[in-house]
Amino acid sequence: MLTLALILFPLIAASGLLLLKSDSVKTLALVAALIETGLAVYIFSTFTPDAQSQFGFDYAWISSLGIRFSAGVDGVSLLLVLLTGLLVPLIVLSAFRQNYTRPATFYALILFMQSALMGVFTARDGFLFYLFFEAALIPVYFLAAGWGGENRIPVTFKFFLYTIFGSLFMLLGMVYLYYQTPLVDGHHTSAIVDFYRVSMTPKAQGLVFWAFFIAFAIKMPLFPFHTWQPDTYVESPTPATMLLAGIMLKMGVYGVIRFILPILPAGVATWGSTAMALSIIGIIYGSIIAIRQRDMKRLIAYSSFAHVGLMSAGVFSLTEVGLQGALVQMLSHGINVVGMFFVAEVIFERTNTRMLDQLGGITKTTPKLTVYFMILLLGSVALPLTNGFVGEFLLLQGVFDVNNYLGAIAGLTIILGAVYMLRMYQKSMFGQTTARTENFADLTGQEGWVLLPLAILVFWIGIYPATFLKMTEPAVMNLLQYAAKGAVSLK
Amino acid sequence: MLPIILLSVFGIVMLFLGFLKSRAVLLPATLVFLLVTLVATFIDWNRSFMYFHNMLLSNNLSMVFTAIVLISAFMVVALSGSFIDDEAAQPAEYYALLLFSLVGALMMIGFENLIMLFVGVEILSVSMYVLTGSDKRNSRSNEAALKYFLMGAFATGIMLFGMALLYGASGSFELSGIKGYVIYGQSAGTSLLLYMGLLLVLIGILFKVSAAPFHFWTPDVYDGAPTLFTAFMSTVVKTAGFAALFRLLAGSFGDIYSFWWVILAGIATVTLVLSNLTAVYQNSFKRMMAYSSISHAGYLLIGLVALGTQTKQALVIYTLAYSLSTIAAFGVLLLVARNRNADGRLDESFDAFNGLARQNPLLGFVMAVSMLSLAGIPLTAGFWGKFMMFSTAVDRGIIWLLVVAVLMSAVGIYYYFRVVIAMYFREGDIETIRIAPFYRVVLVTATVLTIVLGLVPGLLQGLV
Repeated sequence: MLTLALILFPLIAASGLLLLKSDSVKTLALVAALIETGLAVYIFSTFTPDAQSQFGFDYAWISSLGIRFSAGVDGVSLLLVLLTGLLVPLIVLSAFRQNYTRPATFYALILFMQSALMGVFTARDGFLFYLFFEAALIPVYFLAAGWGGENRIPVTFKFFLYTIFGSLFMLLGMVYLYYQTPLVDGHHTSAIVDFYRVSMTPKAQGLVFWAFFIAFAIKMPLFPFHTWQPDTYVESPTPATMLLAGIMLKMGVYGVIRFILPILPAGVATWGSTAMALSIIGIIYGSIIAIRQRDMKRLIAYSSFAHVGLMSAGVFSLTEVGLQGALVQMLSHGINVVGMFFVAEVIFERTNTRMLDQLGGITKTTPKLTVYFMILLLGSVALPLTNGFVGEFLLLQGVFDVNNYLGAIAGLTIILGAVYMLRMYQKSMFGQTTARTENFADLTGQEGWVLLPLAILVFWIGIYPATFLKMTEPAVMNLLQYAAKGAVSLK
Repeated sequence: MLPIILLSVFGIVMLFLGFLKSRAVLLPATLVFLLVTLVATFIDWNRSFMYFHNMLLSNNLSMVFTAIVLISAFMVVALSGSFIDDEAAQPAEYYALLLFSLVGALMMIGFENLIMLFVGVEILSVSMYVLTGSDKRNSRSNEAALKYFLMGAFATGIMLFGMALLYGASGSFELSGIKGYVIYGQSAGTSLLLYMGLLLVLIGILFKVSAAPFHFWTPDVYDGAPTLFTAFMSTVVKTAGFAALFRLLAGSFGDIYSFWWVILAGIATVTLVLSNLTAVYQNSFKRMMAYSSISHAGYLLIGLVALGTQTKQALVIYTLAYSLSTIAAFGVLLLVARNRNADGRLDESFDAFNGLARQNPLLGFVMAVSMLSLAGIPLTAGFWGKFMMFSTAVDRGIIWLLVVAVLMSAVGIYYYFRVVIAMYFREGDIETIRIAPFYRVVLVTATVLTIVLGLVPGLLQGLV
């Protein structure tokens, strides 16, 4: 039942905001988001680490088709539910300083988005998943196109068409799977666990693999489906960018873990190496482009593209470490990237530029920003004892288990990541002050409150990852059993 | 049966009401007539009858289609308040023709004998020819009526020829008689006349539902006709046409499925590709809606191509979702298109919608939901329509057609979203729009129904 609250509460809160239209919508939105955080944290802390789905609910929805309104939290969903719960209040808080026009609509859209995201991560029915997967797109599209930069209309339209194009194929794949499930009481079923038991020929699995993979690869995005991403991240208002990069991108990785691996083992055996190759190309390609960027927001966008490539490669390694790494890295990356975008926003607001060559010398006046930015940066470049290290280490270990050469190439991400991240830090924070960075004011209290929880999490995950890893392990092992059934290993 | 009699009587009554001095009574009277008919439709619920010596069939499916047609008509009539103030308009005649045309639609929905199908198509079409040209002083309306009439008459001729051939082959006009011949012919060798006849009848009906390559009249006619009648044409005619196609194919020709499914699949493919790609290049919202209506004929055809146990449910959900959104969209267009271009025509371009959502959030929302539903985005009724269509085809294993349909729905999202973008993200100088309370109720009801059906599609599942 708690899961139902998790999905419905933001929805109700958002509708309330739209109806109220009072001056205090900001505060109300924050309160709603914090209550949701409380729910998510409660679920996390009372979760029993086994492979079962917990806190669930299950109602008949379209009974003549066997489609059910059913959701629950299991080990794979848990960290993403937690991530969504933790990040949204910070995103809401980070938007406080900007006086966005039509605030009621703005904050309501963020909460609508949160509701859909919670739905995606907890759905236990294939069609319900699809529904939330699409529903998450609409609010973020309106956020990006309604409050974004100058070039927002064509850019966000491209993003919208691109992602919806992918998900239409997923729908086909889903309907196909649905018809493969055995008949019960005269109808098929669309529960995801029933999909797990479907047996299909390798050829059919290959086709369904692509139907799903294109949808998820566009969402993540993987090379070569990424062309919508940098522009959309740059043109969107920062809260929308945070939602996109911090949480929405994980829908793709989550989808691969939830659907492709356990349902299509033979498809993965045939095409998994292609997917892995695309992921690794993305890592290198994204990193190299990131090194050449002048615009901070665009640089972070490309770094996010590179990081998600590693997550996907780890997932397709089909190893326990790889999957565990992906789950924990999804949490870490969400934390780091939201922090990074926030820092970029803070700098942009004070200097009116995001171009690295117009910045410099900010450290001189800003002890707080310097420290927070450094912590997030170290997390991003995967320094030991920070969150990035745990995830990337496990992911790389997973890739190495499959193939040493691939592992070595993917490992470049750590070096290249350090290059572009440290370059960004150096160009913006150190060196000579420029006309724009003179009198740079340090973080306000409110801004500090956005970054403090993120910094705590960076260290928590980095120093004691067992809090999170032990929760996901049984579910991962369970998934791998399905993934291994009858599949020829990649090795 | 009762609905047909009622509608005919009401149509004649409406003609006499035209003699009254006050026009104000006409609109409410028509709405009452339609409501009465709607209630009368469901008197025979859960019973199945044959009327007039096996001429017409009444069962749950035909009643549901009748209800969809009547609800569409009700909404269109409810949006027709502007006729009352328009000096040049003759509302009594319009309403009478609408009522008569519904008689034709009901006959198409419930026919058991091909003669009834022919009579139904003719009643519906002739009323439509007249209504298309009802804007007498507008040359485009006249052009549209002439085009529609000439091509429509020709198509009906072809259909009649097909019926004659079917009779020649089977010796019967009745669906059951033809079915008997088809089954018997499977073993004894079926006459070529049967296949030719089926093909020609199909062409006749496909023309009416504007499937490619018989769709060329659609954009001009939809564009030229007064917007209200465009809304009526694109919903009522399409619903009745697909109900007729379903009765024909499922009732008589299920046993030579292997013959006609390829033809229909080809037509569906051509329809989907042509209409969607052309719609992308339209600058007029109304013309875009014309091509969109052609494309929906393509999606509906998928359900027939994959004829199976779920087809009727898919057709019902799809036609209902499509009718609700289309009428709401045209309803908003009627309010928005007020300025005239340099050549004296109403500005019905996409630009006319710029900034609508800021100026009038309600209209913006109604339009946005309609567009989302037509595009088949989840949480709207249109999604479940598409979903049911796609799943019938997956059930039959016709994957290539689905891939085409999926690609084309992505194209569809492009042009439907142009309206959403114009309304929400572009600046415009729309004057304040005054909406009559009843008009508002209709638009809001259509929108709420679209969303409710999107959330709980199970509501309709027990019906058919």
